[in-house]
Amino acid sequence: MIKTIFSAALPVSERLVIRKNRIVGAGGDGPRLALVTGIHGDELEGQYVAFELARRLGERLDDLAGTVDIYPAINPLGLSSHEHGAPGFDIDLDRTFPGSVNGNLTDALAHAVFSDVMGADVCIDVRSTSSYLQEVTQVRIDEQDAGKLVRIASALNARLVWVRVPTAVLDSTLAHCLNASGVPTLEVQMGSGMRISQDAGTWLVEGLLNLLEHLGAWTGPTIQLPPPMVSTGKNVATLVAESPGIFVPKVECGCRIRPGQVMGIVADPLEGVIKQEIASPCEGMLFALRTYPMVYPGSLLARVLRGGR
Amino acid sequence: MRSGVLYRMEVPHREPADIVGFDFGSKDGERACAIVGSTRGNEVQQTYICANLVARLEELERAGAFAPNKNVLVIPCVNPHSMNVGTRFWPANGTDINRRFPGNAQGSSTERVANAIMHVIRTYKLGIQLCSFNQPGDFLPHVRVVDAGPISDESLGLAADFGLPYVMSRKPSPFDTATLNYAWQASGSHAFSVYSRATDRLDVQSARQVEEAALRFLVTRGVLSDTTPVGTPQAEPVLVRESDLVDVRTERAAGFLVSSLRAGDHVCAGQELAQVLDTRNARVLETLRSPIDGRVFFLRTDPLVQQQMVVFRIAP
Repeated sequence: MIKTIFSAALPVSERLVIRKNRIVGAGGDGPRLALVTGIHGDELEGQYVAFELARRLGERLDDLAGTVDIYPAINPLGLSSHEHGAPGFDIDLDRTFPGSVNGNLTDALAHAVFSDVMGADVCIDVRSTSSYLQEVTQVRIDEQDAGKLVRIASALNARLVWVRVPTAVLDSTLAHCLNASGVPTLEVQMGSGMRISQDAGTWLVEGLLNLLEHLGAWTGPTIQLPPPMVSTGKNVATLVAESPGIFVPKVECGCRIRPGQVMGIVADPLEGVIKQEIASPCEGMLFALRTYPMVYPGSLLARVLRGGR
Repeated sequence: MRSGVLYRMEVPHREPADIVGFDFGSKDGERACAIVGSTRGNEVQQTYICANLVARLEELERAGAFAPNKNVLVIPCVNPHSMNVGTRFWPANGTDINRRFPGNAQGSSTERVANAIMHVIRTYKLGIQLCSFNQPGDFLPHVRVVDAGPISDESLGLAADFGLPYVMSRKPSPFDTATLNYAWQASGSHAFSVYSRATDRLDVQSARQVEEAALRFLVTRGVLSDTTPVGTPQAEPVLVRESDLVDVRTERAAGFLVSSLRAGDHVCAGQELAQVLDTRNARVLETLRSPIDGRVFFLRTDPLVQQQMVVFRIAP
């Protein structure tokens, strides 16, 4: 059942509408899972996940004993115009939660989304990494929530759970606000911006079915994967460009890396020289790799999980 | 006056992004006050104000108006590469430098810029940042102090020395904690955000008002001689908390926004502030009225408005 959770008039013959697809299982009342995506208009991986989850559940409603709410587009104007934030506002919607019913349009929208998700047993916020990178599917969790969320993340088929030290500026994300209000919420980062990685999306859908089973809301088939690697910032090596130029990768995201192995170069197209060789400082798994070639000093090139299998 | 490159970032296929500073008064004297202009590429008015301040301070320095042993730094533009291509945010990846403070010397490009600026300005006792708002609108020029800890109470007391009509205090939102102003206060300086009327256009009148306010502040704080000619404020500044402002929103309609008011106008309770017109036939869809007697502190100037948009903020 498609429901409108927020609507506001735009100047010329259009309304901004936020919709969700409420899928209720034939098995009666049960837990509620919320799948939220499309907060950033340039992150499209969740579009495929939303489609595929709705399709799979629709085929086997008899196996569902609970409710799944799918919110595919929290930022419909951004999604339709390739904008990260809300067009015309210079605002990152994921810095506006929990919103305000009496605030500006973006605040009111955030409040409507937050209020509608409240009460869910678990919320999954599916994000793409930026359009400059490719990343292995990972769940990002703030340190203070790790105790309750790592167990849920294990069901999602993510390869990696990254437990981070939170900063105050992230207090207004949807995930933080829902967790602070008692709705366990996991932020999934995957793939690449402006793209759909079909295989990664399919695996996440399998993970979502696993999670539903874990919640006692799914009796259909599932695929169990080995538990994810759980990492803290301390065992993540971050490599950045120190020279301007173009980044030319020599490896693929997700591969095993040896200490000293060259993962790519920063090259100067004008002089025809290599400005920087990007060598791994450790053995591990390359879980993020730059895909957009142009780099400035400080541009993120790669992240390696030390020792990751 | 001395000028120099405070930070240089080499970038692909362009001249380096140089952040240039101008310092006045005693070279090795007390770091009295730093003034920072634009951090975004569309903050043209903020750079314009700084450029005029550079000219005024140079004249005052020649005239011997600086107190002995005081140093003032002006950084007109923190983000020249964005300004040269007409983008508000960092051209390489769309990030906002003013959400990257206090920065990180080994971090991302914008974190490196933020770190370099903080490294220089944190040594100054007083800080003035010329700011812009993220909505198209007309503001009453004012000084804003974000509550960043115990230092902010004292900062609020000093803010009256600008002589602008309003001093506003603001409780920080999470995003404020990554702004230059917040980081500057957290590093122990009294930091003030000064808002002019304009951002991506030159408003000469309000630029002069802000320039005078900055110079007045330097005179009152003993950095410039008290014989320096700066205008006298028309009235004592009004201290207002941001939460005291009364918002007027479009509740029911979207369309053309038509108003003849300007920031600073006095309004009465019940007075019509604006009309929202249907974009198909100019029919009046909604009339916005002031709920209180007060003064227009902010009004939205975009000719089109959505439903549920704050169009006016009225100061009681």
